[in-house]
Formats: sequence, structure tokens, C-alpha cells
Amino acid sequence: MSDRLEVRRTAKLFIGGEFPRSESGRTFEVRGADGELLAHAARASRKDLRDAVKAARSAQATWAAKTAYNRGQILYRVAEMMEGRRGQFGSELREAGVDDPEREVSAAIDRWVWYAGWADKLAQVVGGTNPVAGSYFNFTLPEPTGVVGVVAPDEPPLLGLASRLAPAIVAGNTAVVLAGERAPLVAVSFGEVLATSDVPGGVVNLLTGSKTELLPWLAGHMDVNALDLTGCPSELAADVEVTAAENVKRVHRAAPVDPYDPRAQSPYEITALLEMKTVWHPIGA
Amino acid sequence: MSDTKDMRPAPAATPVAPPADWTYAPAPESTDIVRIEDRYGLFIGGEFVEPKSAKWFPTINPATEDHLADVAEAGPEDVDLAVAAARDAYDSTWRDLPGSERAKYLFRIARQLAERSREFAVLESMNGGKPIKESRDVDLPLAAAHFFYYAGWADKLEYAFPHVVPTPIGVAGQVIPWNFPLLMAAWKLAPALAAGNTVVLKPAETTPLTALLLGQVIHEADLPPGVVNIVTGAGATGAALTGHDGIDKVAFTGSTDVGKTIQRQLAGSGKRLTLELGGKAANIVFEDAPIDQAVEGVVNGIFFNQGHVCCAGSRLLVEEPVFEELLDKLKDRLQTLRVGDPLDKNTDVGAINSKQQLTKIRELVDSGVEEGAEIYQPECVLPERGFWFAPTLFTNVSQSHRIAREEIFGPVLSILTFRTPEEAIEKANNTPYGLSAGIWTEKGSRILWMAERMRAGVVWANTFNRFDPASPFGGYKESGFGREGGLHGLEPYLQLEGRP
Repeated sequence: MSDRLEVRRTAKLFIGGEFPRSESGRTFEVRGADGELLAHAARASRKDLRDAVKAARSAQATWAAKTAYNRGQILYRVAEMMEGRRGQFGSELREAGVDDPEREVSAAIDRWVWYAGWADKLAQVVGGTNPVAGSYFNFTLPEPTGVVGVVAPDEPPLLGLASRLAPAIVAGNTAVVLAGERAPLVAVSFGEVLATSDVPGGVVNLLTGSKTELLPWLAGHMDVNALDLTGCPSELAADVEVTAAENVKRVHRAAPVDPYDPRAQSPYEITALLEMKTVWHPIGA
Repeated sequence: MSDTKDMRPAPAATPVAPPADWTYAPAPESTDIVRIEDRYGLFIGGEFVEPKSAKWFPTINPATEDHLADVAEAGPEDVDLAVAAARDAYDSTWRDLPGSERAKYLFRIARQLAERSREFAVLESMNGGKPIKESRDVDLPLAAAHFFYYAGWADKLEYAFPHVVPTPIGVAGQVIPWNFPLLMAAWKLAPALAAGNTVVLKPAETTPLTALLLGQVIHEADLPPGVVNIVTGAGATGAALTGHDGIDKVAFTGSTDVGKTIQRQLAGSGKRLTLELGGKAANIVFEDAPIDQAVEGVVNGIFFNQGHVCCAGSRLLVEEPVFEELLDKLKDRLQTLRVGDPLDKNTDVGAINSKQQLTKIRELVDSGVEEGAEIYQPECVLPERGFWFAPTLFTNVSQSHRIAREEIFGPVLSILTFRTPEEAIEKANNTPYGLSAGIWTEKGSRILWMAERMRAGVVWANTFNRFDPASPFGGYKESGFGREGGLHGLEPYLQLEGRP
């Protein structure tokens, strides 16, 4: 290493395709496994969360209206960008005390590619035509539910984030993510990946800070349609779900499977956050 | 359906005046076929048993207010017994029974329902107030078909969901509404049993009789005791069931308010939940629609089953150029609707299901008048006894009116207009509900374009209120989650573990 002074990164939020600090002006210390101070990351507030939901809602219709093929390409592009940042993700995971950062980064990229490919196949596998008694062409197709609140698991930091976020957005939902607290800088870097991947602003919004503080507001937000609570601390789950009932949010948790196991990836992780629409179209000469 | 060009009247034609006298000779369906017991116990462990609660409640005919029978009111101890019976049956027989054997039981039920369909239909109309032609031609055939459809799935589950191992969940607690008492029991039981679960079913307080008759059918079909248990009662019984520690899955059909209460009740429990809740569906008529057909569809959309339909087309959105024409035709058509004795084979609109529901309808209709909407009701003589409400139209309705926002669950239609397809979409989706929608147009591309933009689980084009066991049904947003019917209707009753 030379004597050159390093240019440090400010760890910001990612909302609507931009990187704001928290409107509250608050930060929190991010320390490595060895106690070393890594950054003062933005500590998102209620207001930041509302801004994130607004950005997600604004982006949703356009994201859903893209062709499935195009959404697949954009998500594949995210994997390309992840690959290019292997070193950065690896060192962030190492600093956070992850034993085998290489393995986790590889698994996260592969998982993302796996889900990207579902974009233009899902409807063929989980939708279909229904043989009704009557002269109607009747078909069922998956559609996005809208805005999904994703509570990213703390463990494993990058693979956990990728495993929850990719299925949430691949079919046209947009997401507000509460980053895992163990290695929040991984989420910050992931925002930078998204920003350089043709993912339209607002499709993914990443908030670092305290889940305990933000979760009640996410669960109670009337413009959030569904929650992935995989990363929700168990002591908060009951209260969060009570609040979520106010607008009948869909609540999902990942199957309790080792995240490295191939069974952790499934098209049903996608459909858990989708709606099924059935259309009766008349047949007649 | 589509050769409507010929069906539409020439623009200059004057509406045909209805004949002066629409009186029909009575055509009553005989009730001889139905044998109603004095009182009904709970169906637990394959037998009808006296309730431990020692409580009974009366069930009536809403068209006459005549007392029909006394029905057991299941208390917490009774619910305990029912859940325990379901658990025993799950552990000892049902979960490990080959799917092909489960299928045969369900086929038996389907066949027996078809055999006894007249009896069921008459009882359904007596206890619920719906016209006999509807229980006979809609509820019963669909209920039997539903069992028949899911019977065939029981031994084919591994084909339904690729690359997973489908296993049953366990004991399901199911709570159903009063608008389609037997059909909703079929919608709940058939997929649950096909998937290998056992069930405790709670019918609605006001309409327990056909579910209890179904208990008899299940008994006669020799289903292993405890696979299906039926506990009657009101809200407290339902809450005891949905909150019971011994069940693994809850399925509820009913109001959005109660649905939210159940979702809160289950918070943090990890139990599986599906909700099929309220609706405020838009029925959208475009200028190019086959108008006469649309009139029939609009009438069917809101007056079918007295409007006691969660997916009822309770908001009519009409493209402005055809508003006057459609309204005139609707009013004419309303004048010909026959409201009265549910057991008369000519009756179109039967009795309101309960006094409580009638009160709710009246209150909302009053609010419509007070908020400035214009009410229209045809001249019709309503019977003196029983619960009745005349078919009602509201025009001059604003989106902020309660009658345009709240589910009335009665024969009341709110009519609004639009000028562009975009405005129709905006208005149709401007509701917390999202169960169904209707689109009336001759243009196929517009049907699909509109259907894509409806935030609703079921979209009917040039038809309304069609149901089929193969067709998934369920809502977006506050109309609930999960689907009933079709392949998708199996998923709420299965665990889908990935194949290693």
C-alpha cells in the first residue's frame, strides 16, 4: 500500500434511485467483528421509510409493465454487477466476521441469476388455462401484489438479502428493504450495484438502521401490500403481524431451509408475494 | 354472446312498453322432500352429539320468520372435542390414506349431493331465503361439481406443483358465511380433504341446516370418523375455532372486518391462513357493449342471491354515451323482477338472509339518500312477514358516497359514469377491495387490456357471477388472500417442500 490517503465512502440510504442521507440526520456506528469502526451508516427514520414506500409505489406500475424478458435481463445485469464487485462484497463480509466470504458471494450471485431467469417463465409454470363448463376461455395468471416490505435476514448477510429480494421483485413488485443489522454495509453496496444495473429508480429501496424502530411503521403502512418477514426478529413478529392486518397484508416467511441448500430457492418464494388473476373471456362466433 | 349486432335495437326504436300485468301464477316448490329435525346436535367424530355447552339456538326461515329447528351452540369444550377428533382422524387414518382412497370418498360425497340435490336445494332456500331456482340451478350443481373436481386431485397432487413434495398441513379450522351455505362448505371441505387434511367446519349462525345435512351425507359416505367435524354457533364459536391451539390452518370466508380480526388473532402463531373477504366490484359497460346482454349481466351481477355475494357487481360504471339508454333498460328490467317467496320457481329475488342484514342494508341505503344520491326502486309488493328489500338503483352517485365505497351486501346498485377507459380503470380500482370486476364490450383486445389493469382476482368479460370448480377465485388487497377453486385452490392446504 502506498501512502496515499484512502477516499472513504459515505454509507447512505438508497431511495428512488438516489443515495440520500437520513432526513433525520442520524447515523449509527458500524463496527467489524474485531470492533473496528467501519462507517457511520445512515439510520433511517419513519420519514425515510415513508419516502421509500412512496418511491416504490411510483415505480411499481412501470416496472410491472416491462416485458418479462426485459425484467429478466435487468436482473441478470444485477448479477453481472455483483460479479464485478466480488472483492468489495468479500471484504465487507470478511470484516463482518463471515467465515467463507467467497462462498457466500458466489452463492448470492448464483441465486440472483436463478431468480432472474424466472421472470419470463413463471406465468407458464404457475398460471394456466382452466377448463370451465361454458363457452369461456378462462385463464389464470400471476400478477404483482404491489409494494413489498422485505425484512432482510441478518444471516447470511449477502446471500440472505439476495434470496429475499430477487423473488420479491422479479415478477413486477417493488420493494422497501430493511437491511440486515449484522453487516449493513453489504446492503449499502448492494444499492450501488442496483444503481448501476438499469434497475429503474424506486424498484428497490434500501434502508439501513434499526429494524425494531422501523418495522412497526413498515407493517402499518397502508400502501404496502405484502411483507417478507424472514428477517424479522422473532420477538417482534406477533406485533408486526397484528399491525399488518390493518390492510390485510400478505405475510410471508422463507421456508426454514439452509440458505445454501438448493431447496432454499423456489418459484413458490416468488408466488407467495403475487396475486393470481382469473379472467373469463367469452367465446363466440 | 357475440352476435350482438343483430340483437341491438335500431337507434330510433322506441322502448317496448312492458305489458300491463306481470302477475304470475304461483309455482311453489314442494317442501315434502325435506325432513327437518326438531333439533340438531354437533357433528363430531362421525356422530351427531349433544353439545357440552347444553346451549341451543333457533334457526328460522327468513322469508316467513317461521322457526325451523333448534341447533346446538358449540362452546369452547365442544370445539376442543371437535379439534381433538379431527387430530385423531388425521394421525390415525386420513394423512396416510392413499390419495386414491381419499378420492373415492370425495367422489361418493359428490354423487350423493347430486342424488339428493332437490332436497338440499329446498332446504337451502328455506333456511337462507335464496330463490329455489338459484339453489337448484347454481348452488347444488356447483357444490357437487366442486367435490367431484377435487376428488380427482387427491391422487394427483404431485403433478400439481413441480419439483416439490406436497404434504398435508394437518387440521384445518374453516369458517363459512351465510350467503352460499352449502356451496361454501364444499369450497372449503373439498380441497382440504383432497390434500389430506382433516377439518372442523363452522357454518354461519343463520344458515346451519344444509351443512348439517351434509354431515349426514358424509356419515353415509362412511368417511372415517373425525375427518369432517361440524360445529354450529355464532361468532364466539368461530373465534374459539380460529384461535384454537390444536389447528394448523385457518380458512375464512366472510366480512373484511372479521377477516382482519382473525388475521390479528393468528399473528405470530405461524398458522397458515387464507381469507376470502368483502368486495365492491365494478361492472364496467362500454359504449360498444351488447346492451341487452349487459343489462342482464348487470342485473345478475347485483341482484343474484339478493346481492348477498362478496363478488357482486355493486358499482356500475357506464360509458357516458350509453348511460341514458342503459338506465332506462335497467329500470324496465327491474320492474319485471319477481321478488318474493324463495320457494316459488318464478322468483328472481328472494328474502334478505336475516333481520340484522336487513338493518345494515337499510342503514346504508338511507345514507345514500342523505348524501344526495338519487334512489330508484321498482313498484313491487313485498311480503309482510320475513325480511325483504326491493331491488334498488342509485344514480347521481359520487365516489365518496358510502354506497360507492362500502360493501352493502344487498340488492343495491350504485351507478357512476366514465368518459375514457383510463377513467374507468381509475374508478374501478379506487377501493380497498379487489375481488372481482366485470367488463362489457364487443372488443376482444379491450377486454384483455382492461382485465390486465383491474386490481381484482376475478375478471368477467361479457358475463358476471360465473363460477366453476376449475376456476380459481379470490381477492386482491383487502378482499383477502389465497385462492379457492382450481389447481391454485389446493395450495392453501399443502406444504410444498422442495425436492432434494
